[in-house]
Amino acid sequence: MPVWEKYILPASLQEALEAAASAPGTARFIAGGTDLLLDLQQGRHPPVHTLIDITALAETTALEIRSDELFIGAAVPLSRIVQSPLVIEHAQALAEASALIGGPQVRNTASLGGNVCHALPAADGAIALLALDASAEIADRRGCRRAPLGELFLGPGRSALDPRAELLTGFYLPLKSSGQASAHRRVMRPQGVAIAILNMAIWLARHDDLIQDIRIAVGPAGPKPLRAVQTEGFLRGKPYRKETIAPGLDVLLAETHFRTSPHRATAEYRRRLAGVLLEDALQAAWQRAGESSEHQTVI
Amino acid sequence: MEKNLIPISITVNGRRVELEVQPQHTLLKVLQNQLDLIGSKECCGEGECGACTILANGRAINSCLVLAVEADGWEIVTIEGLAEDERLDPLQEAFLKAGAVQCGYCIPGMVMSAKYLLMKNPHPSEDEVRQGLAGNLCRCAGYNRIIAAVQLAASEKEAA
Repeated sequence: MPVWEKYILPASLQEALEAAASAPGTARFIAGGTDLLLDLQQGRHPPVHTLIDITALAETTALEIRSDELFIGAAVPLSRIVQSPLVIEHAQALAEASALIGGPQVRNTASLGGNVCHALPAADGAIALLALDASAEIADRRGCRRAPLGELFLGPGRSALDPRAELLTGFYLPLKSSGQASAHRRVMRPQGVAIAILNMAIWLARHDDLIQDIRIAVGPAGPKPLRAVQTEGFLRGKPYRKETIAPGLDVLLAETHFRTSPHRATAEYRRRLAGVLLEDALQAAWQRAGESSEHQTVI
Repeated sequence: MEKNLIPISITVNGRRVELEVQPQHTLLKVLQNQLDLIGSKECCGEGECGACTILANGRAINSCLVLAVEADGWEIVTIEGLAEDERLDPLQEAFLKAGAVQCGYCIPGMVMSAKYLLMKNPHPSEDEVRQGLAGNLCRCAGYNRIIAAVQLAASEKEAA
């Protein structure tokens, strides 16, 4: 009994949306499918009638500057993101996160949109995009709309998109200005390729020795990829010093909900790692921001 | 099921072939069962081990993780496509010289990943070789000789 009946490769966005709406059973969009195909084959995803491949659409495969933003199509393979000079310049955390997903062969197939739509709370791509303040572009038969990335997630493995009517076409990211930078760090089990034990992405803007603005995303720290807004609020406007980071970690631990997962880590271990990752990611982003603004402060 | 067959046209190891494939069959399955190319192996079936690695449009992919229907129009190179007549590819020669082959099950995938690495980066450092082969597992744990083989192939290329 096949877990899908039909596979189609539309040449236009409109055709893809029509196919989803008119499929005689359930339909799912697919862009690479390194997660979705396995979930279907292994019974973690209910059978679908039609798979609609979106990797041949102009809208989902662009990677370019559009006025004052960086656009990354949902079907762009991760290996292209890792190597893109635009991503490395404007969204270093995303380049770093994408380089950690799967092995080289998987990154040649898997897409950023798939990483996000799978809606896992520790998806490296989603964590980096959250810290970078990305917005999602969503197409339906009436046109396109934008939504903050965080609105795409309902819970572990559950995306808010309507599979019959809505197609994630890509992501818009703000361009980096002087004094701004980002970094992504993660800890995983040493063997093989797997989802993170804990990951964190930080974007910040520095001014002299102050953290002028900051965004922190961390996972798995709850049912969805989490923006640590209270920690951000605590650190914003404070000097970058050890004495600032220690109480910042207390705030982070208070707003995250680390759990024990049977094959990966205990909650206690994750709480300890959170401090390590906060320090590492903050330091990397701080130094990069210094390189881009000529100010250097080292603690 | 017959009614669901989808026609595809792919170029495999320089030869263009027209096939009818089932929508749920992976490219690996079609290479093995419809084209008798049994060099690429299925081991984990989930993108961890790399035993099924092939080149598709010049990029290394896991052929167990893509559908045959997706491959319509692709240029594919499998392990069978590296040797010319009876002459092995220099990379394959290097694997033999370095004694990199133990049970051999992972080797087709290792060679294809190494081929891809050397196409992008003809003179990789040891660390770059390790990164390039990060998607390939060897249960014999023969990594050191495999890495040495890739570096040997790179250095011989330089000398040639």
